[in-house]
Amino acid sequence: MMPAYDKVKIARKVSRPTAADYIEHIFEGFIELHGDRNFRDDKAVIGGIAFLGDIPVTVLGIQKGKNMEDNIACNFGQPHPEGYRKALRLMKQAEKFGRPVISFINTSGAYPGVGAEERGQGEAIAKNLMEMAALKVPTVSIVIGEGGSGGALALAVADRVWMLENSIYAVLSPEGFASILWKDAKRAKEAADLMKITAEDLLELGVIEKIIKEVDGGCQNDFGFTANLIKGKLEMEIPALMQKPVDELLDERYARFRKFGEFTE
Amino acid sequence: MALLKNRYVSLNETAEPKEKKSFFASLFSKKDEKPEVKEPPKKDDDIPAGSVKCPDCGSIYDKKELGSLKICPKCARYYRLNCKERIRLIADKDSFEEFDANMQPKDPLNFPGYAEKVASLQEKTGLKDAVITGKCTIGGFPAVLGVMDSGFMMASMGSVVGEKVTRAFEYATANRLPIVLFTCSGGARMQEGIVSLMQMAKVSAAAARHSEAGLLYITVLTDPTTGGVTASFAMLGDIILSEPKALIGFAGRRVIEQTIKQKLPDEFQHAEFLQEHGFVDKIVDREALPYTIRDILKIHSGKGGEE
Repeated sequence: MMPAYDKVKIARKVSRPTAADYIEHIFEGFIELHGDRNFRDDKAVIGGIAFLGDIPVTVLGIQKGKNMEDNIACNFGQPHPEGYRKALRLMKQAEKFGRPVISFINTSGAYPGVGAEERGQGEAIAKNLMEMAALKVPTVSIVIGEGGSGGALALAVADRVWMLENSIYAVLSPEGFASILWKDAKRAKEAADLMKITAEDLLELGVIEKIIKEVDGGCQNDFGFTANLIKGKLEMEIPALMQKPVDELLDERYARFRKFGEFTE
Repeated sequence: MALLKNRYVSLNETAEPKEKKSFFASLFSKKDEKPEVKEPPKKDDDIPAGSVKCPDCGSIYDKKELGSLKICPKCARYYRLNCKERIRLIADKDSFEEFDANMQPKDPLNFPGYAEKVASLQEKTGLKDAVITGKCTIGGFPAVLGVMDSGFMMASMGSVVGEKVTRAFEYATANRLPIVLFTCSGGARMQEGIVSLMQMAKVSAAAARHSEAGLLYITVLTDPTTGGVTASFAMLGDIILSEPKALIGFAGRRVIEQTIKQKLPDEFQHAEFLQEHGFVDKIVDREALPYTIRDILKIHSGKGGEE
C-alpha cells in the first residue's frame, strides 16, 4: 500500500482538480451565488444552485487555485468566517426549498489570521457544525483533496461522507501534528503514518462511507473517470436519501456522529 | 431514565473511603478548604516556602492570600482554577452529583507515550480526563454543570471530553434542564487523531438537540479556550460569559504570527477583544459568576430552569 505521506503529496498537487472543476462536470445549469449577506464574499468557498440530473440541489465547495493569481483570490483554499457563513446561508436556503446539499471539501484548514479571529472563525465553524447536524435536507460531503481539521468539518457534518482515493482527512496537517507533539515539523512523514488520514483508514474507522477511485498517480491524470464516478454515486445516493422521512434522516445523522469515541468506563 | 441513572453515581455514594481517595470524596471535605496553587512560580531561590510569586506583577506573597478565588491580591491576576475549585465556587454546597466518573480514554492511534502520559496525569490530578460533568443547583436552580480542567493535557478534547459533554447535553435535554459549561482547552487532542475531530461534530449535534428543545445553554469561557473547543461547544451558548482577560480564540497566536509575519498586540484574543468584536455577551468577575449565572437561570426558569 502507498505510504500515507505519498497520498498527502498527491492530495496537495496544484494540478489536482478543484471543487469548481467537479461542480462544472457533475451538475447542470450551476448558478453561483455570492456572499454571506453580512461582511463580504469569500472566494475560498463557492456555492450555488444547480441540477443533479433532474433534481434541484445546492452545491458548495472549498476552492483552491491552480495558479498564483487564483490562489490569491481564493486564499489558497483557506476560508474566513464569512466563507463558512456563506455556506450556512446557502444550506439554510436549501432547507427552505427542500434541496439536498452536496459539498466538496478541499482545504488545509480555516485561515489563521487577524481578521478571521476578529470576525469569529471559531463561532462560524461551531455554528455550521450545529446547523448542519440539524439540517432537514439530505447532505453528502466529498473530500476531494485535503480535509484539514475544523475548517473541513464545518462543511462535512453530512449524512454521507466520501473520500477520493488519494485525498486525506485529518485533525491537523501531518506537519502541524508533528510540530505540536514532537516540536519537529520535519517528522511529518512519520506523523502521517500514525494519524490514520487515508481513505482506507477512515473507511475502517467509520468516518466515511465510500472511497472513490482515481487512476494511477491521481485524478489529475484522468479527471473524467473520477468525476463520472462521483456523478454516478450521487445519482444513486441523493434520491435514496430523499426517500427517507426527515426524522429518520436526522436520527441517522445524529447516530452517525454520535458513535465516535474510544473510551472505557 | 433508569438506564441512564445507573451511570451517574451520586456524590454521597462515591464519598465512601476507598483505597485511594476519590476526586469527589475530597470535593467538599473540610480538610480541603484551602485551594492548592496549581501554577507554582518559577523556581526562584528567594521565594519562601508556602509563598507564590505572581507571574504578572512579580509580587511574592503567602499562598493563603490568593483565597478560594485564586486572584492575585496585588494585581488582580486570575490564576487558573482546577475543576474541583471551580465546582466548589459555582455549585451550591453538597449539591453536585457527578456523571460518568469512571470514564477514561483509550489510545485509538496507539500513539507512542499517550497511555503513559494519561496514566501519570491521572495519578497527579486525581482526574480521569479533562472534564467533570454532573448536575447540581446554582443559587437553588437545578442545572447540568460541566467544568474543564487545564491541568489535564491543557484540557484538550478527545473521546472522553466529547462523550461526557455530549452525555451532559443529552441528560439535560431528557430532563429539561439548563446546562452551564465552563470551557478551557488547547483544542482537539492530537493524540487521538481524527476521533478527536469527530467529537466537535458529536457535541455540536447534541447541543443542537438541546437548543431545539427550547432549553438554555450558558458557556463560561475561561483561560485559555482555543481551537476545536472554541470552534464547537464553547461558541454555541445562548449566553456566552467570560472571565476577564481569558485567552479565547480559534487559531493559536504563534500560528497567526507565522502566517501574517507580524507580532500581535497583547490584547489580541483576550476576552475584552472578543466582547468588543461581538462574540462574548458579558465579562464577569470570578466572584460574581455564581450570582450572574443564578440570575440568568432565574430569568429562564420555566425554560429549562426551575419548573
